[in-house]
Amino acid sequence: MLEVGGILSWIHEALSSSCPEWLTLLIEYVLIGVGFLALYALIALILILLERKVCAYYQCRLGPMRAGFWGLLQPFADMIKILMKEIIPLLKNDKFLFFTALFLVIIGSLCTFGALQFSKDLIGIDFNVGVFYVLAISSLGVLGILLAGWSSNNKYTMIGAMRAGAQLVSYELSSGLSLLTIVILGGTMQLSGLIEAQSETWFLFQSPFTWIAMIIYLIAGHAETNRGPFDLPEAESELTAGYHIEYSGITFGLFYVGEYVNMFTIAGIGTMVFLGGWQPFHINAEWAAGFNGVMDMIPTWLWFFAKAFGLVMLSLWVRWSFPRLRIDQLLHLEWKILMPISLLNMLLMALWVAYF
Amino acid sequence: MEKTLKMIQSVSSSCTKIDAADVMVSVDKKDLHKVCEALYKDGWDYLINLTAVDNVENIEIVYHISKSADMEKFMVLKTNTTDVENPIIETVSDIWKSANLYEREAYDFFGVRFLNHPDMRRLFLRPDWVGYPLRKNYDNTPNEGIPSKVHDMDACEDVPSITLDRHGEIVENHTKLFGKNEYVVNFGPQHPSTHGVLHLRVSLEGETIKKIDPNFGYIHRGIEKMMESMTYPQMLFLTERLDYLCGSMNRHALCMCVEKAMGLEIPKRAEYIRTIFDELNRIASHLLGWACMCNDMGSITAFIYGMRDREKIMDIFQETAGGRLMVNYYVIGGVAQDIHPNFVNRVKEFIPYLRKMIKEYHTLFTGNPIARGRMINCGLLKKEDAIALGMSGPNGRASGWHCDVRKIAPYAAYSEVDFKEILHDGGDTIDRYMIRLEEIEESLKIIEQLIDKIPEGDFRAKVPAIVKVPAGEYYQRVENARGDFGVYLKSTGDKSPYRIKFRSPSMVAVSGLDPICRDTKIADLIMIGGSLDYVIPCIDR
Repeated sequence: MLEVGGILSWIHEALSSSCPEWLTLLIEYVLIGVGFLALYALIALILILLERKVCAYYQCRLGPMRAGFWGLLQPFADMIKILMKEIIPLLKNDKFLFFTALFLVIIGSLCTFGALQFSKDLIGIDFNVGVFYVLAISSLGVLGILLAGWSSNNKYTMIGAMRAGAQLVSYELSSGLSLLTIVILGGTMQLSGLIEAQSETWFLFQSPFTWIAMIIYLIAGHAETNRGPFDLPEAESELTAGYHIEYSGITFGLFYVGEYVNMFTIAGIGTMVFLGGWQPFHINAEWAAGFNGVMDMIPTWLWFFAKAFGLVMLSLWVRWSFPRLRIDQLLHLEWKILMPISLLNMLLMALWVAYF
Repeated sequence: MEKTLKMIQSVSSSCTKIDAADVMVSVDKKDLHKVCEALYKDGWDYLINLTAVDNVENIEIVYHISKSADMEKFMVLKTNTTDVENPIIETVSDIWKSANLYEREAYDFFGVRFLNHPDMRRLFLRPDWVGYPLRKNYDNTPNEGIPSKVHDMDACEDVPSITLDRHGEIVENHTKLFGKNEYVVNFGPQHPSTHGVLHLRVSLEGETIKKIDPNFGYIHRGIEKMMESMTYPQMLFLTERLDYLCGSMNRHALCMCVEKAMGLEIPKRAEYIRTIFDELNRIASHLLGWACMCNDMGSITAFIYGMRDREKIMDIFQETAGGRLMVNYYVIGGVAQDIHPNFVNRVKEFIPYLRKMIKEYHTLFTGNPIARGRMINCGLLKKEDAIALGMSGPNGRASGWHCDVRKIAPYAAYSEVDFKEILHDGGDTIDRYMIRLEEIEESLKIIEQLIDKIPEGDFRAKVPAIVKVPAGEYYQRVENARGDFGVYLKSTGDKSPYRIKFRSPSMVAVSGLDPICRDTKIADLIMIGGSLDYVIPCIDR
């Protein structure tokens, strides 16, 4: 009853009854595009507020309290401020690459965000190779970060970009391998298919190896979002701000927003492949039919956002408790610990699927 | 001491004993290097301080030396040159590594050039500065001597040095600091983790550090020069601007120096209050040091925790003295006013609170596997190196060097309390980290013993309206939160000093960055910098 599917089909019917088919499609594409951008911005704003408040509570502070009730308007104030700031041009840098980098980061982030399935009916794109698409498009951001560091013509950004390159490329391996482990279990690469396969039980409870895959995915995903203890590319206390030192005003703002939404996207993908996406929590037993019925009453988009924000909170908890790793320790963790474990885990999962 | 004197006399015939009480020995500059070598072999391996004094008719170099194995031993060695126009003295930086920066400082302020010193650049002032500001004949009318042309950073890379050639003639050599193909990155003067306006030029190979060249002077205020025209009570206010995190302790050093010189008897009450304030200040400084080090490693939460608890000490200070960071509480002869009626209670409440918090710090940060992985076996400083660099204080004690001035030469009420000098023997970053947290607990113990026993009576001795220090030379050491802080005072009996020099433990800590950090990563440089806990205004003075 609280699903959005009804509204969507009502819009579709209203449009197709009054317009030719091509116009209907055009209007719908534009509406969906605008809707995604709006959701993207809204989630970024929510995450910025959440981060400031949560980190404040971890640190025995209150965080922003003045803009609006309980500081609720703070991200809007931040947004207006950052929009009005001057974009400082650099004298000796590669201007074309400097701005291209920015768009690569934001496009990579937005396209991955588009693959999320927010509820039963709220699905942007659903390829038959959805997992593959997510893995491919999310690595566009690395290119953007590398270019940003290179084109700024600054030694600090250069070091930051090199660190980012090494880190993101490495950790994509682990996160990719743990997603593939789930593909083996689910038997499909289509994200909606994977979610459908979890309607009875979430993947997390279908196999013990999913737990290992999920822990590795969360570590690697956390590293891919450049957040502490893996925030080496930015490393505030070492490289001042890493690859985005030279960006100012909204150019920096886009990096900032991209980073926050990436955090949500990583959590969202984790939700979809491990925690059943928008599927309600069901106990697969006869006596639990009543319980399952109650769970079904909760709208599916609420399930998705609750799980995704739960994972985001986990990420914030880690971010504000741990000190930063060193670059050699970071690579050691990936290449010598996480990757062998995920390879082994994938093999075990294949055996599990074959024999159980 | 007689033995040492005889030993020196056997090396150099020109040696004369000046002072009966302290061992103060004068040596001709020809024999200086020989004498220093002999002293070093005799165990005098800790050069506390080196300073120059302009006596108009000659320029004097004063060495304060001690034995690392027997720190109670203390002697003053002097030499001078009458060639005021072009003073040249042989270097001792090949004997004591710590002399390196002190000699550069003497060159910067007095124009004394040191023969065979590898690096005769200016230390604080710009390379193109005209004149030597601490010379008595220096023209300090405003804008005089300040170069007008645009300063070329490449000039800093030119390293002059003077040596003797085969015929005994002095030749000037120039070398370049960095090679042409080195990847040199400027850390600072504006950088979040250099703890002030420190400028490090770091040569990198990928992420690995090959060489560090510290560049000082961005907050040089000429405090020593300013003090030469101030009265003693006025001077006190500048001492807290040296190392602002342990201002009280620095002020204590100068107060004691003047009091001892004047032969003032300090009331017991004042001594107790001073000791408690010193220890509170030490806790505040160590808390900040701990917090900043955690921040340097990327743990911002720990930083906020440290700052939060330090704030409580600031509140205690504020209630009694009015000041928070610069307490401005000690005066010559005692303290400025009596303690606030709440003081004792608030300190007593604070002690158990902080003990609980330190446990929390250990669970939050010390036990953290990432933090331990970063700190263990990183940034090793061996005991010999610590002594050679003169790196006293918590950094030296982390390497196993017994160097606590509170134990060696107890002052104020330290002889009446029972406390342990924390010694570690690893010398790596985690030892330097742990030692600060453990010293906080020792300081709490000291305060606990004293707080109930503050004697009744005056808080200030009777001091003449115009403070005049009898002619002579005085040296007073205190243990501040960063190490062996010293005041060298030369008076001609006037109401302002003839020459005053502060020994900065922070400068020593920074001079240790290069040997410690070689072949570590950038992230380690930041962390080790945090663990050495230097404060830049103390270096630049």
